[in-house]
Amino acid sequence: MVDTLRIGTGAGYSGDRIEPAASIAKSGDLDYLVFECLAERTMALAHLRRLSDPDSGYDPLLEERLRLVLSPCVDNKIKIITNMGAANPLAAGKKTRSLLNEMGHACLKVGIVLEDDILDAMVDSDFSVLKEPDKIHEIRDKIISANTYLGASPIIELLKSKADIIITGRTCDPSLFLAPMMHEHGWKDDDWDKIGFGITVAHLMECGAQVTGGYFADPGYKNVEGLANLSFPIAEIFANQEAVITKLPDTGGEVSLRTVKEQLLYEVHDPSSYKTADGIADFTKIKLEEKGQDMVKISGGGGRARPAYLKVNIGFRNGFLGEAQISYGGYGAKNRAQLAAQILMKRFADLKLDFEALRFDFIGSGSLWPGGSPSISNEIRLRVIGRARIRKDVEKLCNEVEALYTNGPAGGGGVTRSIEENIAITSAFIPREIVTVQTKILGEENGQD
Amino acid sequence: MAKIKLREIAHARSGDKGDILNISLIPYEEKDYEVLREKVTPEKVKEQFGSLVKGEVKRYDMDNIKAFNFVFHNALDGGITQSLRVDRHGKTLSFKLVDMEIEM
Repeated sequence: MVDTLRIGTGAGYSGDRIEPAASIAKSGDLDYLVFECLAERTMALAHLRRLSDPDSGYDPLLEERLRLVLSPCVDNKIKIITNMGAANPLAAGKKTRSLLNEMGHACLKVGIVLEDDILDAMVDSDFSVLKEPDKIHEIRDKIISANTYLGASPIIELLKSKADIIITGRTCDPSLFLAPMMHEHGWKDDDWDKIGFGITVAHLMECGAQVTGGYFADPGYKNVEGLANLSFPIAEIFANQEAVITKLPDTGGEVSLRTVKEQLLYEVHDPSSYKTADGIADFTKIKLEEKGQDMVKISGGGGRARPAYLKVNIGFRNGFLGEAQISYGGYGAKNRAQLAAQILMKRFADLKLDFEALRFDFIGSGSLWPGGSPSISNEIRLRVIGRARIRKDVEKLCNEVEALYTNGPAGGGGVTRSIEENIAITSAFIPREIVTVQTKILGEENGQD
Repeated sequence: MAKIKLREIAHARSGDKGDILNISLIPYEEKDYEVLREKVTPEKVKEQFGSLVKGEVKRYDMDNIKAFNFVFHNALDGGITQSLRVDRHGKTLSFKLVDMEIEM
């Protein structure tokens, strides 16, 4: 057991900046570096990649991130924990293994967390999805994935097996941070106050720079310096249920009561009942204090027993999305954009395009919320997006927007278009007993197979 | 009585989970916590968001850190993986909240 434990965040989402992770690995005096790279949409896209290539489906930036941080992590004896395994932790583990061998760090151990397929068990047991009780049967043949939000215990098991780099798929974001706290401080898995406190600190860390001044600035109201040079956060966690969130000196951003408060409530529903697979945290009992420049102390807090049910995200094929945009400028821009929209609606009907959902937005004039932007704007971008069962229908949507060049109102320009298969996500809750998880260590000998 | 926009005394951040949106509302100065509690009711907030939010709006008060959490149900056009909106997460909507006017 240690007196203090220092954990840094290496990424707050899959596309996050890469260099700040290397900076805190070099000079953050860290024990652990945690990369949190999964979101509902990220996971859906990862499954789509795996369907087209069975060796893919993990985070596309895994290699680039590891290449940058491996040497400082080896030098400073920092362990790495990440959910970059996404839809394919085994393939991510193998990739990491070969990278370690290539970079001369063959002695490091890679641990992976693998969840057994639960889809059949779910369908057999007749579990209903969150919002639409009948839907699991209705969408059965369209389902491409079902992933449980796992907790900290498989990660702790791998830490006990002396893994240096741990790669998971869908795990509760806070569990990635909570696991080293429980492991290093010897917190028992039913010490609910400590677990609730640990989840709170983890929640503050999981979105990277969102607690160190990123996603915060509002010039004139909330001024923040140096947003091009933000530090990712570092948490110093004490065994007695206290922690300090801070950042590297000589970087941009800030760690203050106001940044910590905004992040504490980020993606939260009932603050007295923040649920994860490991326990329920009560944010209404937390005490926050500024202890110095860019240092916020967190103490108190509490927790309750972990829920009996685990959340499962189910990905299913939901048709195709086609989106195209065209801009109009100068006098009467809005009138010409509206005329273009009328033409398109008529064309879609004449061509008998079959959309399950269709939407027109006038960007620059209330596209984010009604009446939200001044309508006097002299430039408007028309955005058209449709979802259809058949790919050809959304291709035609894009073609029709492009054909406004020669058939539409005067002065339309700058057409862009994109088509993607839509993987939608819905959720269910299942009893934790039906979920089985395996952990595996990929040692030096398992380079490639 | 003077009317002011919430942005003059408070800041906010949006988050999403499925079809549920949440927005924190945090006074710059803790002394304004009580006036926000009185003026920024869930009913007023629901009105401010109009047709964007189909379901219930609920407010959670955090006396310990002097902040509020507003939770909007059925608010994100089916959620991030199904929505056709420009801003599928509803991330911009924190500024719709602080654009609300209250009487001081």
